[in-house]
Amino acid sequence: MAPDMLSLSSQFPILVAIAPLLTAPICALLRGKTAPWAVTTIASAYAFYISLQLLLTVASFGPISYELGGWAPPWGIEYVVDLLSGFMLVLISGVSTGVLLFARESVTKEVPTSQLGLFFAAYLLALTGMLGICITGDAFNVFVFLEIMSLSSYALIAMGERTDRRALTAAFQYLIIGTVGATFYLIGVGLIYMMTGTLNIADIAARFPEIEGTRPILAAAGFIVIGLAIKLALFPFHIWLPNGYTYAPSIITAFFAGTATKVSVYLLIRYIFTVFGVNYSFQGLELMDILLPFAVLGFLTMSAVAIYQTNIKRLLAYSSVAQLGYIILGIALANETGLTASIVHIFNHAIVKTGLFLSVGCMFFVVGSTYLKDLEGIGRRMPITTFGFVLGGLGLIGVPLTPGFISKWYLVVAALEKGSVIGYGLVALLMVSSLLAVIYIWRVVEVAYFRDMPEGTVKEEAPISLLVPTWLFILGSFYFGIETSFNVGIAKAAAAFLMGGA
Amino acid sequence: MFALETHVALSLIIPLVGALGIAITSSVPNIRETVTLVTSVLLCLNVFSILPSIMNGVEPVVLLVELLPDIALMLKVEPLGMTFAAVASSLWIINSIYSIGYMRGNNEPRQTGFYICFAIAIAATMGVAFSGNLLTLFVFYEVLTLSTYPLVTHKKNADALKGGRIYLGILIGTSIGLFLPAIIWTWNLTGTVDFVKGGILDGHASAGVTGVLLFLFMYGIGKAALMPIHRWLPAAMVAPTPVSALLHAVAVVKAGVFSVLKVVIYIFGIDFLSETGAAEWLTWVAAYTLIAASVVALTKDNLKARLAYSTISQLAYVVLGASMATSMAVAGGALQIVMHAFGKITLFFCAGAIYTAVHKTEISDMRGLGRQMPVTFIAFLIGSLSIIGLPPLGGSWSKFYLMLGAVEADEIYLMIVLLVSSLLNIAYLLPIVARGFFYPPLGQSDEPVPVGYEKSDFSWRNIQEAPLFCVLPPVLTALACVILFFLADPIVRLIEPILTP
Repeated sequence: MAPDMLSLSSQFPILVAIAPLLTAPICALLRGKTAPWAVTTIASAYAFYISLQLLLTVASFGPISYELGGWAPPWGIEYVVDLLSGFMLVLISGVSTGVLLFARESVTKEVPTSQLGLFFAAYLLALTGMLGICITGDAFNVFVFLEIMSLSSYALIAMGERTDRRALTAAFQYLIIGTVGATFYLIGVGLIYMMTGTLNIADIAARFPEIEGTRPILAAAGFIVIGLAIKLALFPFHIWLPNGYTYAPSIITAFFAGTATKVSVYLLIRYIFTVFGVNYSFQGLELMDILLPFAVLGFLTMSAVAIYQTNIKRLLAYSSVAQLGYIILGIALANETGLTASIVHIFNHAIVKTGLFLSVGCMFFVVGSTYLKDLEGIGRRMPITTFGFVLGGLGLIGVPLTPGFISKWYLVVAALEKGSVIGYGLVALLMVSSLLAVIYIWRVVEVAYFRDMPEGTVKEEAPISLLVPTWLFILGSFYFGIETSFNVGIAKAAAAFLMGGA
Repeated sequence: MFALETHVALSLIIPLVGALGIAITSSVPNIRETVTLVTSVLLCLNVFSILPSIMNGVEPVVLLVELLPDIALMLKVEPLGMTFAAVASSLWIINSIYSIGYMRGNNEPRQTGFYICFAIAIAATMGVAFSGNLLTLFVFYEVLTLSTYPLVTHKKNADALKGGRIYLGILIGTSIGLFLPAIIWTWNLTGTVDFVKGGILDGHASAGVTGVLLFLFMYGIGKAALMPIHRWLPAAMVAPTPVSALLHAVAVVKAGVFSVLKVVIYIFGIDFLSETGAAEWLTWVAAYTLIAASVVALTKDNLKARLAYSTISQLAYVVLGASMATSMAVAGGALQIVMHAFGKITLFFCAGAIYTAVHKTEISDMRGLGRQMPVTFIAFLIGSLSIIGLPPLGGSWSKFYLMLGAVEADEIYLMIVLLVSSLLNIAYLLPIVARGFFYPPLGQSDEPVPVGYEKSDFSWRNIQEAPLFCVLPPVLTALACVILFFLADPIVRLIEPILTP
């Protein structure tokens, strides 16, 4: 399948971003319960199909470069698909499509029917933004997509206002903090443009060694790293995340938990390894000393905080911040195994956490609350959903046969490869954090199975249209925890490619 | 019937299919229990069909799935695992009969879930027994922990909740916190996690690292219940007695000490361990556990708690055997896995039979009960004698080999430890039987009888045993204790090849 300008497949790189973008305004005009959802799902599924095709092409023929509007880079905008970005595209569009299968009945219950068109339009824009960030090879274009994603996600989180008015303040908080992050990123890109005169990422990377010692570049790197750290909710910039995840509509939480922060992690990896290069990042910037403590503090404190949550969505949100700590730790270790661990955990955590949030969505659908006190005896009330939640929880803990185990394995190997007291200490801290995960998951298990159902409630499962997508993710997580050639294979190859100084 | 490899794989598949069958037939209890029984018989036949090939030195390998690049989930049958699988699968049949009697006799709720979890736990036990590398062992070890959690907390009350917390907290905590890092570290040092005869660490780890690794492994394998991480075992006694009997006297705890033996023999290597002397501390810890747990057992009035502490003490025998790192001692450890299994399951069966018949759990309430339940108490006596290690019962051989091992290792004081422990065993086990037969039942007193006019306290009218399904199993396992006395030689010959490099 060699790229041929006349066939549709040669246009795939632009189609993957344009398809949801162009569907969004159409969606906004549609009325009713089914039409906006159906159009959105089709667009997302199409993006998933294209992403798979792109990944397959990249896997066999190497990176694809696409010139937007026929303008050759570095003057025109270039779209680049390599192993890592292809992997991210598949992950994002796949999670999105799976979540949308769940969305129909869940959303009609949580969002007013009159707003469904707009809701799904915003959803498509968020999807566009995420896919665009991954595929574009242009630093400013990244900012454009970042803003598309962020603005639509502020709106989507605010849509949770019907069930809890606090969604509005959560969205506002996210708006302020998210804008700060995006602005930092923009400042960084501006400084780089000033020094290099180019916005094409590959071009910047090629010119980088000449200017890497300069002060503006140091400032640029600082702004970009901090800006992205805010966007990806690295501890201690995570404040917006638990609120946003808790009060957003169920499917939005599930969708964002799997993808939104991961996109920023992807960007961080791009900048650290592709633009700045390993040498500058870890010797010039000494990013290890900066990222490592925050990563460790992140997964330790946030896992501990998760234990004390009374709302199951908030519990999982804090757990997400902790898991992001693992991902950043892998990056901070600056070796190939660590980077593999990060990339594979981006994927593994997305699947597990989406499955968990979807099962919480099922509970919310039936019970109308996500507070633990309202979910007493849920194991007997909704046995299928709850069992799915427990299996997903095992994935978070990192029990073998779940993908969490695979990530942890690589992370520990990476820490041991680092050696010295720090390496061994990290292994110990990782284990402590896993045990904290056991505690916060088991708190839910005990509430679900050992408390009696509230008076007057009966056994009542979520509808099959919610259960099927939920279990798709749960079983999928076990699939990728046992047959790991896809996720580990690509993560390893991508890590080798990134560490190879490319 | 099939290829040898297929039989190995079937050992995992049969109980899992059985679990599915139990789920499907959940609405018809009689068929459901039939499924359990048929599954257990099939599994046992299947396991024993592998035995002849293993005795001929064949080592079948089954590749399950490539979990990580270069590390596959893999089954490989070797003599030690064969022994463990044979014990667990044959006892599962007897235990299934017992479960039916016990669960029905006590009208326990949620029986379908009980049988499903049980079958999954057995599948995991087979996986542990046949694991071909550390990762596979770890995977099934964790599956075993998680599948037994619902069984431990079966009663779903506050006690069960608390017991379950301790159970899961210690077992998951140690396995994830220590065992897993030890495995990954081994992988990092040697580039392999395969079980290789003679060990894989020789030449890759310094004496200091070996000591740390040994610590991580021994305390990571929490199921071996070495002090001070033994608390989960008494906590697990909140489970229904069939669970305590098969899982917490045989499958789970033996999976622990079995893993200890596997790690010592195939990862460290007996010779490497004795050269470095890294295991010396372990000998002391095991010896301490052995005595201390027996002393604690003396103080327990609850029968199951006493048996639990007895188990902790008996498990330490196996760890002791492993730590002495001589071939005789390791053989003693391996024998102990078999012999103790049959002895202890008999005792648990009896405890459950007593509970089913008269709903008594405290030893002080059981006086005179032997007159009412003579069969149960005689079975209890035989099981006790086997655990104490008296001939002609199987348990005597494991103690015998351990003592030989102590001599071989030139550590005479260990013989004293073993002897003291046997005395303690007598002190906490035999009074139960003696009170049962020689004391009058609670609230009654025997009339004074002049010398020369004594008559038997036994009368057919007084006999009120538990249901047949509860009484038959301990009788069978007690008989097995006797038979095993004569079977020690074939077992030793089976495991001999792994002891001599």
